[in-house]
Amino acid sequence: MAATEGLWNTLTAPLIRQNPVTLQILGICSALAVTTSLDTALTMSISLTVVVVLAAGVISAIGRHIPASIRLIVQIIIIASMVIVIDQALQAWFFELSQRLSVFVSLIATNCIVLGRTESFSRSNPPLPSMVDALGSGLGYSLVLVAIGSCRELFGSGTLLGLQVFPLADQGGWFTPLSLMLLAPSAFFLLGGLVWAIRSLWPEQAEASEFPAHDLGEER
Amino acid sequence: MADLGALFLRAVFVENMPLTYFLGLCTFLALSRRTETAFGLGVAVIAVMGVTVPANQLIYSAMLAPGAWAWIGMPDLDLSYLALLTFIGVVAASVQLLEMVLERYLPRVQASFGAFLPLLTIHCAILGGSLFMVERRYDLAEAAVYGLGSGAGFALAVVMLGAIRTRLAYADLPAGLRGLGIAFVLAGMMSLGFSSFAQMAAP
Repeated sequence: MAATEGLWNTLTAPLIRQNPVTLQILGICSALAVTTSLDTALTMSISLTVVVVLAAGVISAIGRHIPASIRLIVQIIIIASMVIVIDQALQAWFFELSQRLSVFVSLIATNCIVLGRTESFSRSNPPLPSMVDALGSGLGYSLVLVAIGSCRELFGSGTLLGLQVFPLADQGGWFTPLSLMLLAPSAFFLLGGLVWAIRSLWPEQAEASEFPAHDLGEER
Repeated sequence: MADLGALFLRAVFVENMPLTYFLGLCTFLALSRRTETAFGLGVAVIAVMGVTVPANQLIYSAMLAPGAWAWIGMPDLDLSYLALLTFIGVVAASVQLLEMVLERYLPRVQASFGAFLPLLTIHCAILGGSLFMVERRYDLAEAAVYGLGSGAGFALAVVMLGAIRTRLAYADLPAGLRGLGIAFVLAGMMSLGFSSFAQMAAP
């Protein structure tokens, strides 16, 4: 019973309280670029979750046999191989979507979430908890992506997943699309606002005000 | 010549790595608390991108591009799916090499910038630069200019953000906005500013 509870905690902690994107500043690189519409955000979330779960499983299974001096390179190569598989699969079955995602699927390989999880958790834990932990991080990342993606698509073009939700003004409706939402700055503003909202609801996440008391490596 | 100059300016301002393509944001936000660290990071990124993008272009066009092995009678061989693995290897190797060279010949530079070098192995902007180079089919000269330009663009953005955040150190922000939140808002405003360069770029 206690073991199941522990697993449940590992799974749900990264959703909001330990969210990898808003609290640990990991993996934002790709999080913002793919959120102009909900379907790219969803594809990206699923791809990342699959990669991080598989990589965590493999690395925790063979972790004890990797010599410490080359372990980063080995981990990166395992992750990159999985990313290549996902990328080829997307190109084979969802060609149009993979064109729109451009290089960002390949960039999952350098996503800090994946390497961060494998480095800090999977290496020293058995496969099952590692995969659950990775799944939690993947879902936390997906949650942020889907929230920002649906916000940008809804207000930027009045659609969700390509379906018209708000009737557009030039087609006789009332909604005038905010084209700023489709440009880069809005992603920064939305994520900033999201961080603010989360940190106001859970004040223990807020950063201390002294400056420059933080050491460099502390937040990573 | 004029084309290369235009490409450089485009890479610095119009296609700015962190502000337009959101690449390298992890280090962009985490290491921009102070101007000096931001400057060190910027210089390191310029150096690594200036080396790796042309190196990857050479490797890609000579070994991985479709048809690259036609001269030994395998015109249908397409190894381009190996590009990602190769690029990561090249980036990791150049970072290691740069670190060793700095340590041997320029220990003072190593002391100030050295701490950032290992981080650059998994830096999205550097890998992204190489992937964009393939997607847009740059030749060797263009790749070199593009690498240097994107590195310079990253350095410019991170130093500016560092300077603004230093100024804001004593501002009385709401507790939830402190640190990461305000950094995102600042980056958004800078991104708004940089998007005006897109209007200036000659099509």
